[in-house]
Amino acid sequence: MPDKLLEVKHLKKYFNTKNGLLHAVDDVSFDIERGETLGLVGESGCGKSTIGRAILRLHEPTGGEVLLNGVDVTKLNKQELRALRQKMQIVFQDPYSSLDGRKSVFESIGEPLVIQKVCKSKKEYEERVYELMETVGLAERLVNAYPHELDGGRRQRVGIARALALNPEFLVLDEPVSALDVSIQAQVLNLMQQLQKDRGLTYLFISHNLSVVKHISDRIAVMYLGRMVELADCKQLFKNPVHPYTKALLSAVPIPRLDVKTERILLEGDVPSPVNPAPGCRFAGRCAQCMERCTAEQPELREIEPGHFVACHLCDR
Amino acid sequence: MSAISTKPNVPKKHSKLQETWRRFSKNGRAVVGLCIVIMLVLCAVLAPIISPYEPNAQDPRNRLQGPSADHWFGTDELGRDILSRIIYGARISMSVGLIAICISLIGGVTLGAIAGYYGGTIDNIIMRCMDVLLSIPTILLNISIVAALGSGLQNVMIAIGVSSIPGYCRIVRASILSLRDQDFVEASRAAGANDFFLITRHILPNCLAPLIVQATLKIGAAILSCASMSFLGLGIVPPTAEWGSMLSTGRDFLRDAPHVCIFPGLAIMAAVFSMNLVGDGLRDALDPKLKD
Amino acid sequence: MANEKLLEIKNLTVHYQSYDATVHAVENLNLSLGNGETLGLVGETGAGKTTTVKSIMRILPTPPARVVSGEIFFDGQDLLKVSEKEMRKIRGKEIAMIFQDPMTSLNPVMTVADQIAEVIRLHDGGSRAEAHKKACDMLELVGIRPERGSDYPHQFSGGMKQRVVIAMALACNPRFLIADEPTTALDVTIQAQVLELMKKLKAQYQTAMVMITHDLGIVAEICDYVAIMYAGEVVEYGTREHIFNSTAHPYTKGLFACIPDIFTEQNELVPINGLTPDPTDLPQGCRFNPRCPYATERCRQEHPENVEIEPGHFVACHLINGGGNENA
Repeated sequence: MPDKLLEVKHLKKYFNTKNGLLHAVDDVSFDIERGETLGLVGESGCGKSTIGRAILRLHEPTGGEVLLNGVDVTKLNKQELRALRQKMQIVFQDPYSSLDGRKSVFESIGEPLVIQKVCKSKKEYEERVYELMETVGLAERLVNAYPHELDGGRRQRVGIARALALNPEFLVLDEPVSALDVSIQAQVLNLMQQLQKDRGLTYLFISHNLSVVKHISDRIAVMYLGRMVELADCKQLFKNPVHPYTKALLSAVPIPRLDVKTERILLEGDVPSPVNPAPGCRFAGRCAQCMERCTAEQPELREIEPGHFVACHLCDR
Repeated sequence: MSAISTKPNVPKKHSKLQETWRRFSKNGRAVVGLCIVIMLVLCAVLAPIISPYEPNAQDPRNRLQGPSADHWFGTDELGRDILSRIIYGARISMSVGLIAICISLIGGVTLGAIAGYYGGTIDNIIMRCMDVLLSIPTILLNISIVAALGSGLQNVMIAIGVSSIPGYCRIVRASILSLRDQDFVEASRAAGANDFFLITRHILPNCLAPLIVQATLKIGAAILSCASMSFLGLGIVPPTAEWGSMLSTGRDFLRDAPHVCIFPGLAIMAAVFSMNLVGDGLRDALDPKLKD
Repeated sequence: MANEKLLEIKNLTVHYQSYDATVHAVENLNLSLGNGETLGLVGETGAGKTTTVKSIMRILPTPPARVVSGEIFFDGQDLLKVSEKEMRKIRGKEIAMIFQDPMTSLNPVMTVADQIAEVIRLHDGGSRAEAHKKACDMLELVGIRPERGSDYPHQFSGGMKQRVVIAMALACNPRFLIADEPTTALDVTIQAQVLELMKKLKAQYQTAMVMITHDLGIVAEICDYVAIMYAGEVVEYGTREHIFNSTAHPYTKGLFACIPDIFTEQNELVPINGLTPDPTDLPQGCRFNPRCPYATERCRQEHPENVEIEPGHFVACHLINGGGNENA
């Protein structure tokens, strides 16, 4: 029996807009085992960040359940939620906007400790902050520095230290390395893998960068326009992508090699608007293998081989 | 780990206040401004000791005298010493300026923060009320408020304070709308912070800059508003020395005895100018991005 | 020799003068490019890529920027010496530029066809109707239905906007195109579309291009020559094959090692240690020496010169031109 830390069941998040109901996340279900990294990939506007925020209830979900250790996060009241927030934290994409420019490194990292009132004395508080700085590899002399004095990589380390302050079990990593230069990106990715190993953390790693996701994830979920289209083991997904969108996505990644030539599947057009989506498969309009059934009926996510889930009518044959 | 007990690399930590003062004191113009403000405040506090004459002592023989050794700033139409009146006037003018601004700051920031942070219906209600206030000419609004509350210095301050609430309210609301969805606010919420914590610790400190500028500019306007209220007979009762009313009575003698107007005018200018300098210095000193 | 090349940059040095410090943005840079060729300019934030191309266009903010020395020959003419009036004729007509963010490089209150027509009329003259017709042709060329020309930028998606920007850049048939991270703001599948389009147009028009990017995958796909920049200098320059197959400079090697590879299994990435140096306070000797795993005493003392290690492949590293070739 696998030890499921997080179970997401039929999660929905709709936003009211002037033009109608925006289906940011539409009936998405998945679970994450303890100590595992689930990669969530998709293009902008596919709802991957919204999932991360809905799990933490930074956005109130419209429907569905989010179970952390069997407790339904969506049903908690303010007090219970506040306590549960110690268990799950988030690291944001943009290390420039995710830190308050008026707070020093010390204050930023220590803030969750102050909010949750976990430290008994000032000394303990200071010790905890220095310990966290050491954990993420920030030099002690930076303790009084302000975010604008730090480069992107160090800021992101501050963001990670802040997320770790309350000893969470589960971290949502929302594009944590997308804004960083490649050499710094590698440093931060290594740090996150090290932390996972040392602390037994569980990650939901959200990114649009497939090579990064592949590197860090155990399993990968592909999103398209608010729906999950494919979920599989990392190796499996890259070796044998089944959904036409996954195939196109994988083939579109530019490969920094001259000896590999991929057969590129070029998609026509743009991602349609998630406002009042048409019935049927969301990808139907851009799919080369679209059938009559695809525009009429929404495909469900089903298991085509152990651990490999696909939502496509093509697999039913 | 011994890393905690021995921190050789950590620069000595100063408190927020020390840090701000250190940066403020490096700013020459701000320090000059602060000196003038302190001087004016001292004048107000020590008025009975330092003023050479009684502010209301009339001397009909020496009316509208120009500046001389006896009367440094000259005398007014009733032969009162202008220097003494300016010194005593500092008490009223400075306190009107500061208190009125405090009233409008507290009101404006609270309402603006609520409107901006919660949005929706409450935002609509607050902002429409502000629009109504803005659509009434300030002087008319002041008169109506004083008329309703009764005349007197205290009520004038309230009237001036209330009538400038909408300006602050709009500034705060606009800043909050842009800050509300920033990731650092979300991060703090994800750590379990409540709304009060978010607004006071993260959002308000980040919209300080436009507020300070607005507040320091408005001090001068408040002093002048108070003068015009006095002129209409709704504020300070005539014999009391007050810069604004000195300015408006002096207007009648502008051609023959300009000094009656010039000196109170200079006093108001000095107050506004120094407050502005202090305000700008404070804004820069509070912003870590402009450090050093 | 110089006449054969369309663009030739010689010993370009650009500084930014701030209140109390000098930022060495570009130092002693040499590059050249022939007709129809594409050069990839690769490097991390602050390597001086954008400063270099902006000095070609002469759109650097001066002050604080200052071209300290150097020459930029475009078609035999030194761009740094021509008058501003002549430069205006060259910009847009001979040399066009595509910016990174398509969201901010279009005017939101003008229809896209009007914006393209404006560029055409500015350089080629002609009637309003002719220019409009040409603008619609350009839109069709980049795969946008001409009737959408009367739409405003906000009615287009990011990828479509970048197509409009490309159409605008190509409207006057420039001989030289500068693309500053043209696909960084786009999604992967849209990026693939735009790259295909650029490849097609490049082949069709024989336009020379300098492409700034930090993505070596894009370089592999579209560039003929590659220049790797680090802290304001070109540390390695060569054909695409030189850079990818016989990588020489330790920094270039480091860049390759820290990209996760889709095809192989790696347990850990090998990051380049440390940070890019402060451009106001560059290290002595080789600028990469504090981060270089192979740095020797000589690297800390002496600045390496560019050396041709095989025909057309230049490297600025003591390890290589010192004879001790550690990447045998």
